[in-house]
Amino acid sequence: MENQMCKGMRDLLPEDMLRFRHIENTFRTCCLKWGYQEVRTPTLEYLHLFTATGTLTPSMLGKVYSFLDWNGWSGERVVLRPDGTIPVVRLYINNLAKQEVAKLFYVTNIFAFEETGRENRERWQCGVEFLGNAEAGADAEIMLLAREVIHQLGLSNLELRLSHAGLVKALIKELKLSSSEEAKVTSRVLDGDWQALIEAKSASPELQELLSFLLSLKGKSSGFLHNAKALSLQSSPILRASLDDFINVATLLDSLDCDYQIDITAVRGFEYYTGGCFQLLAGGKKIGGGGRYDNLVPLMGGKDVPACGFALYVDPVVMLLPQGSKESTEPGVLIKTRRITPEAVKTCFNLAQSLRNAGYTAQFDFTGRGVFNYRWTVLVSQKKPFSFTIIDRKQEQRRDMTSIAEILGALEGWR
Amino acid sequence: MLSNTCPPSYVKLALPKGKLLAPIANLLGELNLGFEDYDNKTRDYRLQSVTFPYLSAKIFQERDIPIQVAIGNYDLGICGLDWIEELVTRYPASALVKLSSLNYGEGDIYVAASYHMGISSILELQLRKNDWRIVSEYPNLAEVFALSLRLKVFKIFPVWGAAEVYPPEDADLAVLWAKNEREITAQGLICLSKLLRANAFLIANRESLGNKDLSWILTRFGPKLTAKPETSIKNKPDTQGEPTVSRSSWQAKEINLALPDGHQQPPISQFLRRAGFNLEGYSEKALNRRPSINLDWVGVKVIRPQDMPLQVANGNFDLAITGEDWLLDHLYRFPSSPVAKLLDLGFGKVKIVAAVSQDIAVANIDELRLLVSSGKFAPIRVASEYVNIADKYLRDNHINPYKLIPTWGASEAFLPEDADLLIDNVQTGKTLAQHKLRIIDILFQSAACLIGNKDSLASRDKKGKIDFIVQKLRANSPLP
Repeated sequence: MENQMCKGMRDLLPEDMLRFRHIENTFRTCCLKWGYQEVRTPTLEYLHLFTATGTLTPSMLGKVYSFLDWNGWSGERVVLRPDGTIPVVRLYINNLAKQEVAKLFYVTNIFAFEETGRENRERWQCGVEFLGNAEAGADAEIMLLAREVIHQLGLSNLELRLSHAGLVKALIKELKLSSSEEAKVTSRVLDGDWQALIEAKSASPELQELLSFLLSLKGKSSGFLHNAKALSLQSSPILRASLDDFINVATLLDSLDCDYQIDITAVRGFEYYTGGCFQLLAGGKKIGGGGRYDNLVPLMGGKDVPACGFALYVDPVVMLLPQGSKESTEPGVLIKTRRITPEAVKTCFNLAQSLRNAGYTAQFDFTGRGVFNYRWTVLVSQKKPFSFTIIDRKQEQRRDMTSIAEILGALEGWR
Repeated sequence: MLSNTCPPSYVKLALPKGKLLAPIANLLGELNLGFEDYDNKTRDYRLQSVTFPYLSAKIFQERDIPIQVAIGNYDLGICGLDWIEELVTRYPASALVKLSSLNYGEGDIYVAASYHMGISSILELQLRKNDWRIVSEYPNLAEVFALSLRLKVFKIFPVWGAAEVYPPEDADLAVLWAKNEREITAQGLICLSKLLRANAFLIANRESLGNKDLSWILTRFGPKLTAKPETSIKNKPDTQGEPTVSRSSWQAKEINLALPDGHQQPPISQFLRRAGFNLEGYSEKALNRRPSINLDWVGVKVIRPQDMPLQVANGNFDLAITGEDWLLDHLYRFPSSPVAKLLDLGFGKVKIVAAVSQDIAVANIDELRLLVSSGKFAPIRVASEYVNIADKYLRDNHINPYKLIPTWGASEAFLPEDADLLIDNVQTGKTLAQHKLRIIDILFQSAACLIGNKDSLASRDKKGKIDFIVQKLRANSPLP
C-alpha cells in the first residue's frame, strides 16, 4: 500500500529546505539586527483564545483544526494554531507585560482547512510584532523591516500597498446603516468585496465622491491623502482623524524615500487591525501583509498596549526564489576507500574530522554508488601505512600524499 | 460504454430505521420502489427490491446513512436533513450530494435553553459573556451555531441522547430535535432558534452520480427532485405563536446521581430499592428523566449510559450507574480523567467481543493479524460503538492497517459488506449467530458499576454524603 500523505499537507525536500532556510535565516538576521527578539509559541492553543477575542471571522473559525485534548472531558477544545499574531499577543500578556515595549519575531506554521486540498493547509510565515508603540514611526519601522528582508532575499518588483483599517471602518460607519446592515457590509469588505461600499445607497453625495475617489484612484504620496481629506470636509471627526493618522504614516514613508501605493482595498480578512495596514507583493504575488492593531491586547485581557506587526508568507516567497539559489558554498571533500577494513575506516573518519574542523564539508562514499558534487575527492589506500590520493575536479589535478596535514595544506593552496 | 440496451447498473440504497421508516416505506411503495420486509417488524437488515433485480437496500440508523453514502458504500440514501448537515458542516469536502427534500418526516432542530436561565432570545446569548455549555447529539451543528453567533467561550458536550434533560444544571443550551416548539416547551425549555428542518432527504454519492446511470430510480422520485434543497443553517429566532409554558420546579442538590435509561432500568431500580433508595418515575414504561428519590439532598437524572463517564468527569454528576464497557471506553480516550469505579454491581453482564463474518476463515485474532498483514483487506474496516476500546484493541494486537467506523447501534448489520471486523457487546451471542458472525476473541467482561468523580470524593462537603450512599449500596450489592 502506498503511504499516502494527508490532503493539503506537503513534504519539503532538500532543495525546498535550502530555500526555506535561506528565507528564515535572512529574516532572522534582519530582525536581530533591528533589535527584535525571537519567540516561539506552542502548536496547540485553546479554541477560546481565538473565539473570545472576536478577532477571527466566523468563516476563519469554521476552518480551524479543532479537537478534544487528552484531558478534554470538560468539552474544552484545542486548535492547531490558526493565526500567528494572537498566540504571540497571549505570550506577551502572560510573560512580558511588565515590559512597556516588546519587539518580537517568530517563524511559525499556521493551520487552516482549505476545501479542495490543492492548496496548503499548513502554511509557514515569518512574523514580527512590535508591541507598546503607538507612533507612526513604529508603522514605518515594520514596513521598512519587511522591505529590507525582501530586498535581502533578492526579490524584485516589490510593491508596497497601503491602506488604513481605521479609515475603512470609519467609512462604513459613515454610511449610517442599521447595525445588521453594517455588519453585513463589514464582513463583505473583510472578504474583499469592496462593491459593498458602493452599493450601500445611504451615502451622502460627498461621501460617494470620497468613496469613488478612494476606490478608483491609487495614490503615490501623502498628497493623495491630503486631497482625500479636502473631499471630506463634512465627514465625521473619526473619519478625519483616521485620515490624519494615515497621512502621518504616509508622510514618514515619503521622507524615507520609500515607494508605495495607496490602495484602500489593501486590507483583508483580519478583524483586529485598527490603523495603517499594508500588503506586500512581489512579481504580482501577495507575499506578506500587516498593520496596526491597537485594540487586540486590551481585548485579550491585557493592558492598553498599542501594537503593530506583519507576516511574510514563506510559501509564495519560496516559489519566487530561483531554484538552487542557495547551494551550500562550503567547499566539500569526498572520501573514498576500496576495501573497508577497520583500520581504513578509522583513517577515513580521522581524515574527515580534521577536514571538518578546518571548515570543509566531508563525507564518505564506501559504496561507490553515491552521487556527489564536491570539488575534491580523496582516495585512501587499502594498506598500511595509509597513503592518500587527492583529485581536484576544478583544476583537473591529481596528487599523492602521505599525511592529513599535507592534504590540508594542499587544499588551502588550491583555495 | 453503457448503451440503452445494457442492463441498468446495480444500485445500493441506504434506508433509515426509526421514526422515518414508516413514512419512507410508504413513499417507496407509492413510487413503485418498494422493498420486501421494509417495516418496523423486520429483523432483516438487507432488503431486496420487490420489482427490480438490480436494486438492493440496507437498513441503518439514520445517523449512519450520510457516512455510508459519503464513503461510497451506498449509491443513494434517505435520511433526515439533520444528520446530513451534521456531517457536511464538519466535512464540506465529503462526496455526499444532497438531491432533494422529500417532505416526509417531521420535526426541526432547535436551540433551546432552560427557563431558569432567564434568556428569551438568541441576541442575549451574544451579550452575556458566559462560558456557554452546549449539549447536543449534533456536536458539529452545535459548533457551527456557536461560531456563527460568535459566542466568546463555549464548550460542547456531545451526547448519545436525552439532551433535553441537561439544562439548566448540566448545560446552558441544548441543540436538539423536537417535533415542534410545543414539545420543547413541554420539556421545560424555551426555544431560542430553529436551526433547520429535519425532514427526509434523498442523498447520493458523488462518484455514483458521476459514473453510474441512476436515472431509472431518480426519475421515479420525479417532480420531487426539482425542489430546491433548503438552506442549511438559519439563525433566525422562531416567532410563531407563544406556546404554553410548563416550568418544572428545580432546585440545586448537593449530590447529583445519573441513572441510565434502557434495559438496565429494572435491575437497577430493584437494587436501589433493596438498598433503601426509593425512586419515583424511574420506570421503563413512564420514564421521568428527573425521578424523585427519598433523599432530599440527592438530585437524580436519567441519561444515556454511554454519556455517563464524561458527565461524571466534567463534574455534572458526582455519581452514576453505568457499564464498565463505557467507563473503559472513556478512560482510554481520557487517561487522566477524574472518574473512578467505586463499586461493582454484578448485574447487566455482557462480554465485549471481536467478531468476523463466518465466511472469513480465521479462528482467532492472531490469524486475523496474518490475514490483514497479507494485504487481504487493505485496510480492514472495523465497526464499533466503542471507538476507543476498538482503537486500543487493534493497536495492542498490531492489526495494521485498519479503518475504524464509529456506529450508533446495530453494528452487527455492518458485516460483511460494510465492515470486516466487529467490536461489540454480546449477552448470549445469539444475535451474532443470526447474522452469521463468528466470535474470534473476548476482550473483557463488563457489568454494571457505580462510578464517581474523584474531585467530589475529595471534597469535604460531599465526601460524607457520597460515602453514605456507597456504603448503603455496598451492603446490598449482589457481589460478595
